[in-house]
Amino acid sequence: MSRKPVMSESHATAGWTPEQPIVRLRDVRKSFGHLEVLSGVSFDVAKGEVVCIIGPSGSGKSTLIRCINALVHMDSGSIKVMGQEVNDPKLDKLDLRRKVGMVFQQYNLFPHRTAIQNVMMAPVHVLGQDKAEVEERAYKLMKKVRLEGKEHAYPGELSGGQQQRVAIARSLAMRPDVMLFDEVTAALDPETVKEVLVTIRELAEEGMTCMLVTHEMGFAREIADHVYFTDRGVIVEHGAPEELFTSAKDERTRAFLSQIL
Amino acid sequence: MSDVPMNRREPAGKPFAVLLPYKRAAREPIKLRLRFIHALGFVGLSAIVGGAAFAQSGGAQLSALEVIFKWSPLLLYGFSFNILISVLAMSIGSVLGLGLGLVTMGHNLPARYTGWLLTQFFRNAPWLVLLFFAMFLIPFQFRIFGTTIPFPDWIKATIGFSLPVMANVAEIVRGAVRSLPSGQWEAAESLAFSRRQTLWMIILPQCVKRMLPPWMNLYTLVAMATVQASIVGVTEMLTLTSEVHAAEGGRPELLAPLYGFAMLCFFLYCYPIERFTHYLERRFNVQT
Repeated sequence: MSRKPVMSESHATAGWTPEQPIVRLRDVRKSFGHLEVLSGVSFDVAKGEVVCIIGPSGSGKSTLIRCINALVHMDSGSIKVMGQEVNDPKLDKLDLRRKVGMVFQQYNLFPHRTAIQNVMMAPVHVLGQDKAEVEERAYKLMKKVRLEGKEHAYPGELSGGQQQRVAIARSLAMRPDVMLFDEVTAALDPETVKEVLVTIRELAEEGMTCMLVTHEMGFAREIADHVYFTDRGVIVEHGAPEELFTSAKDERTRAFLSQIL
Repeated sequence: MSDVPMNRREPAGKPFAVLLPYKRAAREPIKLRLRFIHALGFVGLSAIVGGAAFAQSGGAQLSALEVIFKWSPLLLYGFSFNILISVLAMSIGSVLGLGLGLVTMGHNLPARYTGWLLTQFFRNAPWLVLLFFAMFLIPFQFRIFGTTIPFPDWIKATIGFSLPVMANVAEIVRGAVRSLPSGQWEAAESLAFSRRQTLWMIILPQCVKRMLPPWMNLYTLVAMATVQASIVGVTEMLTLTSEVHAAEGGRPELLAPLYGFAMLCFFLYCYPIERFTHYLERRFNVQT
């Protein structure tokens, strides 16, 4: 797949260079009512890096990555995506979301549109790109996620794994710079998990910056450049996967890993 | 088709209808099965009209059946007004109700509360009272730039009926939009669709299916409610029936056949719609 041409680079990323972190979080806080879900999270993601966020349920993992594309509005702190500040009342959401793609646990395909229409909708209607050009790209993306021949199937006619791969293709059609994956295999049958993971790995190998919230520890260990362990709204421990999975320093990390591995 | 093997979905014995794949129901051809009970209803109603008419026949006076036959063009003309009023009220009310429903779910707080108040007010007011208000508050003609636009009674009645329709449609729209999983909104948002685009391209198309059965149900209620317009003097079937009765000398034995005929007309019009609504409900329910 060809990279996004330089001319479509957005104005908000003017001062950003690829050497700087592509996503930069500083002291991100978020509460729902009295419950503080994120209590000051800070880290950097470099361009092309694959980051996995692990941790027990309710530790704020999903909220954290939802803050990055402003699906959830953070209370305080700063997130910069390619230099664009997300915590800004005048945030250009269109600009942010064309840079950040997201894939959900429940696929969330549009059930009244075919697979190819799902992939084409946003580039055509949101970005106003030429329909014929988008269609050509959409067919290529369907091929890339190994769903050739399923272009005209409705989501209801596809298995969970196939739907999730359409969802990945749909995000890629916007030519994002960062991809967020929110427990994308959690709702899948065990036999279809693999096909989705293979697609994500290929994406990572092509140099796409990926942030994954996942419970697939084997996959995280294999694919991640960096693993963050979160619990009760903070990052307890982080490091390279082999380091974190074999010799975790923190008691909570060890307890979590011994339960899940 | 799905990768999941069929034998996994269909255990031995009869599965619950909701567990069956959606496609199965979708393939069922659209047909209104006429069962014995339907014929019985029709025959029964006809018997009331015809039987009462036959019992009263004889003598120099026209039999009830002959009276109905003689006046049927006028009565059916009246019935066409009932249909016209109901269709117009439904159209106007649906367009307004869609707008009202969307405003009630919008981001603008004052508009939202106003919309909510309007919905609740018109939903919880008796239709007849709203009809009286429309009849007496709307002038019988408007003057715009020297031209007089007459506003006949039946148009005022139509407006009177479209108010409760509006409020009920607003609730139907709101309910349907709320029933969609929030993931649809999130996915659209993450793909940078604006709120308006999300609503018109993603949410509402999916809602049509969910809205159709209650919407049709509402229509049959409106169609049957249009006879209330006779109370405020609009020329429609019930008004004409009463006038025909008077014209035939007000014979008491004509009451049952004449009003029975009106009943029969409404039954023949509304019942198929009601059956079709049931069919749609069954079909759509299987999907979820």
